[in-house]
Amino acid sequence: MTIIYLLIPLGLLLLLVAVGAFFWAVRSGQFDDLEAPAWRIILDDDRAPAAGAEPDKHDEHRQ
Amino acid sequence: MAATRDWQTFDRPAIRRQFVRRENDGTEIAELLIQGVHCAACTWRIESTLRKLPGVVSIEVNPVTTRTELHWHPDQLQLPELLKRIADLGFTPVPFLGHGNQNTIEEARRLALRRLLVAGLGMMQVSSYAVAMYMGAFQGMDEQMEEFFRLISLLVATPIVLYSGAPFFAGAWRNIRTRTPGMDIPVALAIGSAWSASVWNTFAGTGEIYFDSATMFVFFLSGTRYLEAAGRYRALDLTHSLAQYLPATAVRVTATGSEEVGIMELVRGDHVLVAPGTGFPADGILLDGPAHVDESMLTGESMPVVKAQGDAVVAGTVNLNAATHIAVNKTGPDTVLAQIGRMVTQAGMEKPRFLQLTDRIASIIVIAIMVVATAAGMVWWIIEPTRVFEIVLTVLVVTCPCALAIATPAAFAFATGRLARDGFLIRRGAALPALATVSRVIFDKTGTLTVNALRITNTITRADCPPAHAKALAAALEAHSAHPIAHAFTGMTHSIRARNVRMVAGGGLEGIAGDELLRIGNREFVTAIATAGVAVDFSEPPILTGQRLIFLGNTAGLLARFEIAEDLRPGARELLDSLGHRGISSVIASGDQAEAVANLANSLGIRDWRARMLPEDKLQWLRDMQQNGQRIAAVGDGINDSPLLAGADVSIAMGSGTSMAHYSADCVWLGAQLNGLDKAFAMAQQTMRIVKQNMVWALGYNLLAVPLAVTGSIAPWMAALGMSLSSLLVMLNALRLSLPQGSAGKPALIAGTPRNAILAPDQNRDSGSDPTKLAA
Repeated sequence: MTIIYLLIPLGLLLLLVAVGAFFWAVRSGQFDDLEAPAWRIILDDDRAPAAGAEPDKHDEHRQ
Repeated sequence: MAATRDWQTFDRPAIRRQFVRRENDGTEIAELLIQGVHCAACTWRIESTLRKLPGVVSIEVNPVTTRTELHWHPDQLQLPELLKRIADLGFTPVPFLGHGNQNTIEEARRLALRRLLVAGLGMMQVSSYAVAMYMGAFQGMDEQMEEFFRLISLLVATPIVLYSGAPFFAGAWRNIRTRTPGMDIPVALAIGSAWSASVWNTFAGTGEIYFDSATMFVFFLSGTRYLEAAGRYRALDLTHSLAQYLPATAVRVTATGSEEVGIMELVRGDHVLVAPGTGFPADGILLDGPAHVDESMLTGESMPVVKAQGDAVVAGTVNLNAATHIAVNKTGPDTVLAQIGRMVTQAGMEKPRFLQLTDRIASIIVIAIMVVATAAGMVWWIIEPTRVFEIVLTVLVVTCPCALAIATPAAFAFATGRLARDGFLIRRGAALPALATVSRVIFDKTGTLTVNALRITNTITRADCPPAHAKALAAALEAHSAHPIAHAFTGMTHSIRARNVRMVAGGGLEGIAGDELLRIGNREFVTAIATAGVAVDFSEPPILTGQRLIFLGNTAGLLARFEIAEDLRPGARELLDSLGHRGISSVIASGDQAEAVANLANSLGIRDWRARMLPEDKLQWLRDMQQNGQRIAAVGDGINDSPLLAGADVSIAMGSGTSMAHYSADCVWLGAQLNGLDKAFAMAQQTMRIVKQNMVWALGYNLLAVPLAVTGSIAPWMAALGMSLSSLLVMLNALRLSLPQGSAGKPALIAGTPRNAILAPDQNRDSGSDPTKLAA
């Protein structure tokens, strides 16, 4: 069972990686809006002139 | 932190200008966000301290968004001094800079999310070590390995307690400093003592460790708080969620062509081209028409509204069929959309007595917990000294009045948010409890039970006055009025202008056109200025019965009689039916002629009505009914019925959506159909029912859990689980209110989704006490 002395610290290391990944995700705004992305698929994006601006639409209002 | 901050910097003109505005009387109002506020007790603390300062006119702190309006006399008190006072209480004031502050709120939300996750991941680890040690205790585990597990647990639990648990310690410290017992005190005591005892035992190598209970407690508690705060914020922050209806850019049409600009760049007077299927970028006037406009985000009704050239359109509503031009007249924070957002958050600012009561109960419970925990500790010291710590810890954890503290505010916030999304805006927090107890509704007639679009069906005039001239004179006078009758005269020639027009309540309008003194309104009012007697009295019956008759006259007598027809507002009958089912009686108080009111009352099946009432009469009638023990809701158009609306227990104005700021009512109904109004009564009753359930549950749970904890029948981790489940249950129960209601109408934002169908069984189940829902 001595392998546990190695496995548990390894598990902790993995935990640290997970926490780090999550902190990065939070900072990059992944959790800021949990609702709008679901709607995006049913919204029309056929406005030709503003097509480029469309993906930024939410960012602009949320900042 | 707060103490070392230099508050003088906020007083520099360049910064000050952005969040302080000066009122006409020389006082100043600052808009702030206050960090560290997380419950009604905090806001109460700030408000009561600041209000005592000489020079402070008022201060309102919104416990949900922490938005604060501070109103003071600058010659008696300086801004830095005020900010310092807030900081001294342990809170950090930040200037509210409109959209810029979204960052502050977002940052706080992100921090809470990070704390929650650290607690969650860590808790899982610590719990699995605890299970290993538990098994080891039975099956044998060598001492070295047990020691190792304890150390690892310590390593994982410490950052959770210090990082994720920080808000509880900060809250408890604040409670102690301000001497207001809050629920953070037992929480911090439980977490802190469990952790430090475990650390001690780890190094001493003897005794129990409670890292699992401590981390579980931190995780569950942060989880409920996060969900509750996020839910309340989302429910109430309409400005934010409504902003997504605005397009990002607009096409401005200029003399030389057109250009695409950001909506923030639009100014009053700009002409904007709105493509089909896009939202209007600002409030404005339609330059071409007719246009079909989807106003469902405002009113909750899916049928498009047809707007003619010259009609007002509201930012965020959607232009449906063809490209349309509008002339911008209001942008950004002045739009109806922004006004609605402010109105709803302001309603959240008010704390009904109800909420203050729960706060007080919560703080009494906190004191009781401390007493019980101490007593239990002393008793167990005699019985079995080794278990004292465990028992005290369990009592502290299990009795945390968290469920009680969120029972009411969560329900109120969810209900307010849901109703706002369905087009019913609550402007005062006290309106919801009042709506739930209404026993009688007074309706105004014109513009409330009937639609505003009045039309002239017949005109008869004196022989020497051609009908066109009479109409022009009438239109000139009515152009100065906001009364629904005035609508019948709009769109006529404005060849004549009237001066010195004044409104006489219950009578009509008086003004001077040319050099003639004119009056328009009911017969008595108009004939009162006739000096030479009335030559023609227009006493012949109108073509259709029940028509409203409007007279025009000058000092020489009556000039013309207009017959005006009004149509019943759609859904009026259904509303009265469902109110009847609910046990709420309806009456009509109208300033109109008896015949017109009688006709309407008969067709609606209302037995109790009064006609020809002046606003004062209406108020008197209302008072009489109140004295007979009735709880009255008044429904009016919000402009002509101010005394009635002010006197009622709760008042509802029919909003047309474009003149929001004028209304003096507690609530505004934005829908065009009247039957949707029933939702508000249903929702209010349901809210109070849910609040009651929550309170009973929260108090009952505490009463049940305390004996179990005191007798040592439950372990600390069970206590943590029980407490959290109790809070979660209370919150989920409140969350039911924010589900779309199936009864009258449809959910505002999603037209025709199968959601109603999904909800149906649920509603049948809990609608046992209100049969109206079955009528849907």
